[in-house]
Amino acid sequence: MNPKKEIDEGITFDTFMEGVWRQNPVFVMVLGMCPTLAVTVSAVNAVSMGIATLFVLVSSCLLVSLIRNLVPKEVRIATYIVIIATFVTLVDYIIQAVSLSLYEALGAFIQLIVVNCIILGRAEAHASKNPPLKAVVNALGMGIGFTIGLLALGATREILGAGKLFGFSLFGEHFQPWVVMVLPPGGFFVLGAWLLLFSFMRSRSATE
Amino acid sequence: MSKHRIELRAAPHQHSGHSVPTIMRNVVYSLLPICGFSVWQYGLSALALLLTVTATCLATERLLNRNANTLGDWSAAITGILLGLTLPPAFPLWMAIVAGFVAIAIGKAMFGGLGHNPFNPALVGRAFVQAAFPVAITTWVPAFSANRFSEFVPTTFTAPLMMPPDIVGWVKQQGVDAFTGATPLARWKFENVTASAHDLLTGTVTASAGETSALLILMCGAYLAIRKFMDWRIPVAVLGSAALTAWAFQLYDPAHYPAPLFVLLSGGLMIGAIYMATDMATSPVTPVGVWIYGVIIGVMTVIIRYFGGLTEGVMYAILLGNALTPLIDQYTQPRVYGTGRKEKP
Repeated sequence: MNPKKEIDEGITFDTFMEGVWRQNPVFVMVLGMCPTLAVTVSAVNAVSMGIATLFVLVSSCLLVSLIRNLVPKEVRIATYIVIIATFVTLVDYIIQAVSLSLYEALGAFIQLIVVNCIILGRAEAHASKNPPLKAVVNALGMGIGFTIGLLALGATREILGAGKLFGFSLFGEHFQPWVVMVLPPGGFFVLGAWLLLFSFMRSRSATE
Repeated sequence: MSKHRIELRAAPHQHSGHSVPTIMRNVVYSLLPICGFSVWQYGLSALALLLTVTATCLATERLLNRNANTLGDWSAAITGILLGLTLPPAFPLWMAIVAGFVAIAIGKAMFGGLGHNPFNPALVGRAFVQAAFPVAITTWVPAFSANRFSEFVPTTFTAPLMMPPDIVGWVKQQGVDAFTGATPLARWKFENVTASAHDLLTGTVTASAGETSALLILMCGAYLAIRKFMDWRIPVAVLGSAALTAWAFQLYDPAHYPAPLFVLLSGGLMIGAIYMATDMATSPVTPVGVWIYGVIIGVMTVIIRYFGGLTEGVMYAILLGNALTPLIDQYTQPRVYGTGRKEKP
């Protein structure tokens, strides 16, 4: 039917760690910026968004990997999108059922997981060329890396913007909130600061 | 080998004789009277504020330029003093440190230091704290209160990350009659009361540390312009276009819009036009471009003041002008001597 070259190198620890550290979606690849900037006003929102994306990513990559030899090359993107959209709809309903307040806080960004570059990118670049188990391990790493990225932003913005972390007050009631941190510009400032930190660390480890 | 060597050099061929540190140092000198007046007016709190912001800017500049000592060009000192002058005198010191750090780190060092910054660093710092701490930056104290040299305003020494205390009670103890806690611009906007030109010229009004006495700022600016450390066209264009715009609005509806003189003398327009819009790194270099740039700032200031949510518009008008500077420069390139009139370079 559609013979594809199997890149079979087996599952190594790097298959998992690639997404967590070396190719971190937020800090290294700078993908999925739309949810990264928009929903990270609090740590809870950030983690929920990360887990939702993680679920869609792992499930889609598993399915894409399973049917990788059945899908003709010409229609593969459309197929991936249908698969991803199915899981996003699932997540959408689940979050709505579990917590309506969280659903309202995340708003349209749950539906927008469909167009998250990380998921389509993983499906196209990794899952469609690898056996299911390897694809799942890799997707899991990417999803965790994305969640860590969102959490880093969400925690920073919540601490400075509200004096809280996961809803617990850190500095008492006289804390002066940095209003800018919960506004969109704050997202850019914090993301920039984290990117700076990461590229600083990477350039240091590269020179050593 | 002939005796007459031909030297080939690229433009520019003439040097004004001023080095960057010379210009910057003179700008600092010209700012000192304004600082002195501000301290005389607001006392210890203003002194602590100015010193803290300047020290923060110098320390940040030193910290972020570890390979080269750039403190000698005096630019960080200017940023610090200007930033301090745009803040309210009772601004908590920890917020002032945040402002100073943001001004140098995000406003300047991140783009590569002096000359590479697209926006005026002092205004970047102020814009950040304006967005982060909107209440603290609009908390004003009366000028010339009796105890200004013996005690600090309670908000000055707010603990880091904490909310500054309410100073309404403290202001009442100072024995100042009928203190409204609002700047002349805010009083015009919300109460339709305009301050007298005499008060604005001599600085007996409530405002940021360094934007009170329009007369003093004008004199300091005149010194810079006469010694050619500043392009006189920028302040003239800013102030002129602001006055013309205000005059046009007043013709349209005299009951609602204030006189052009009030617009010129109130708020930060004077110090913004003379000290911030003229920042060499962030203003156009072409003669025509400088006029366009000034007019944009002047008109935008009046429009933001009249129609915006905030009472003061100078800061955003100048930042907008800074953003347009590369574009203005590109479209106002003078014709190269010897090339055709219609031919575009």
